[in-house]
Amino acid sequence: MTEAPVSPDPRAQAPGPSEGSIPGAGGSRNRIILEVRNLKKYFPVTSGVLTQRIVGVIKAVDDVSFSVREGETLGLVGESGCGKTTTVRCILQLERPSGGEVLFEGKDLARVDEAELRALRRRIQVIFQDPYGSLNPRMTVGQIVGEPLTVHGLVASRGAGFARAAELLSVVGLSGNLADRYPHELSGGQRQRVGIARALALEPRLIVCDEPVSALDVSIQAQIINLLQGLQEEFGLTYLFVAHDLSVVRHISDRVVVMYLGKVMEIADRQALYEDPLHPYTKALLAAVPIPDPTLEATREHTVLRGEPPSPADPPAGCVFHPRCPIAIAECSQGVPPLREVRPGHWAACIRA
Amino acid sequence: MNPVGRLLEVCNLRTHFATSEGVVRAVDGVSYDIREGETVALVGESGCGKSVSALSIMRLIPNPPGRIVGGRILFEDRDLLTLDAEQMRRVRGKEIAMVFQEPMTSLNPVLTIGRQLTETLEIHLNMRKTDAERRAAELLGLVGIPDAERRLSQYPHQFSGGMRQRMMIAMALSCGPKLILADEPTTALDVTIQAQILELLKDLTKRLGVAMLIITHNLGVVARYADRVNVMYAGKVIERGTARQIYHDPRHPYTLGLLRSVPRLDLPRKAKLDPIEGQPPDLVRLPPGCSFAPRCKFAIPRCAHDVPPLMPVTGDHLSACWVAENLASPATSPVP
Repeated sequence: MTEAPVSPDPRAQAPGPSEGSIPGAGGSRNRIILEVRNLKKYFPVTSGVLTQRIVGVIKAVDDVSFSVREGETLGLVGESGCGKTTTVRCILQLERPSGGEVLFEGKDLARVDEAELRALRRRIQVIFQDPYGSLNPRMTVGQIVGEPLTVHGLVASRGAGFARAAELLSVVGLSGNLADRYPHELSGGQRQRVGIARALALEPRLIVCDEPVSALDVSIQAQIINLLQGLQEEFGLTYLFVAHDLSVVRHISDRVVVMYLGKVMEIADRQALYEDPLHPYTKALLAAVPIPDPTLEATREHTVLRGEPPSPADPPAGCVFHPRCPIAIAECSQGVPPLREVRPGHWAACIRA
Repeated sequence: MNPVGRLLEVCNLRTHFATSEGVVRAVDGVSYDIREGETVALVGESGCGKSVSALSIMRLIPNPPGRIVGGRILFEDRDLLTLDAEQMRRVRGKEIAMVFQEPMTSLNPVLTIGRQLTETLEIHLNMRKTDAERRAAELLGLVGIPDAERRLSQYPHQFSGGMRQRMMIAMALSCGPKLILADEPTTALDVTIQAQILELLKDLTKRLGVAMLIITHNLGVVARYADRVNVMYAGKVIERGTARQIYHDPRHPYTLGLLRSVPRLDLPRKAKLDPIEGQPPDLVRLPPGCSFAPRCKFAIPRCAHDVPPLMPVTGDHLSACWVAENLASPATSPVP
């Protein structure tokens, strides 16, 4: 890999989305590569064995909007059930959205035809959480990394495919002689490197990293995070980085989206979000993270968020966070607070922010 | 012999597993102790032997392939390794209780929450059914599960992850144990629920005077909750001290590396993380000297062939490293 993954698509440089109206797209430092607009994904809740009746709906993702700029890392953070994984699945077109749009380089992925979708998909790749489950156990490392090239007809011969695979392995810090090994012969960290090499094979523009380090030990996590950062610098990659670990997200992200129960709570630049969070949920999340310093922990105030996230099948009226919110007032249970730009580039869905 | 207040003493414990590859020395000469009422942490990465060490205390090592091949586990001066099965059953759950990572798999899915609580009370404390039921409701209240009457008739799948872990804690406390072994008690939980469960454990152990061995890979959890810390690597304790000694003056290169490799919310963001290079060793083919030597930035020739024992650095701060003295300089402090 000696050049930047893909040259910019001239068609996508047409004046695309109006930046002023997009949450978190305050400045215009870089072109927007991915835009999620009012995305909704509802799953029906059925009852009955033979005749399934729809008795309710789970709003896994409910009116989510954000954008990712070229070359940046956008962190998407939230606890289980917040809808971050469903959002990612909609972006990858693994789920058909119930509403809203996913625009990649200005094109709505749900509306392009099969051939165009295949071409666009090459430019969006994924790194999964579980390097054990996402690699075919019957294929060698070389085959795994070379397969996308063969599938998309990007290599002339099998030999060329192997040569390219070896090159990709060295890019991710693996020795070329691992190409003949099988996934079970590798450690967790090595397997995740193979997953990264496979994602790089098609020279994507955008890589969706879905909890890429949460299954790894801490000493290995740091290796993989450094690798991802190095690759981003080298190849000008854009990352959508989905994780639940707030410390990791702070380290790697330029901007951060916080989700709760299917909705966006806050979007801001890294520094603003971590040093001056506006939404009470973000504040509570940050306060809950234990800090590896016993002296600090002894003096730190431990305000524990009460209760548990409600069921997405029966979300609270008004702000979905209000039943657990320490500063909720009567109005919070009445209307859904809109995501508004409280400060330039800093958006929060809270009427009290 | 027993110093005042010592509740559990693990001496030179060795637990091995026979595999097709060879003998895995999961716990390889581990010693530590727990005093009455204190919280001690075993911290380390996967495969370091922290969980196997706890399962060995409970004598719950599946045999075959596992076997405790040596050492002593003194609990109130009785060696648990010499007890027969019946005696051990009376210790387990009554005097030493365990809280596991996965509450769903450690609860019985076809018994009600109430039945699972009353069963232990009836067996260990010979309670009558009505007394046990009253006590079960009290226990749910103790761990912060509201509406106990209704909750007792429910099944585990009707509980959320956080509620199940509260239920596990209620079961662990039900017979008034002196020691709780908590094996990654919050790893499967979200961060806001993790905070609730850890605060609950801290509050209850303090209030009831129960000692706790907390097993975790999370350095933040250890810093917040542990009085003393044992850092494990490749089946051995490689450093031991108070939480402050371990975090502010680490004297083993592995501890230092772990502390430096995690991104931290309380410090300015670094451009790059400082990982420990390389991979953890294969437990079947451990290197001849210090197991950490191949990954260690401070290794000297001696490290390659001479296994360092756990040696005092200052008083009760111990490190298994030949160059522990050299790590004292401010240059190695993880806090800039």
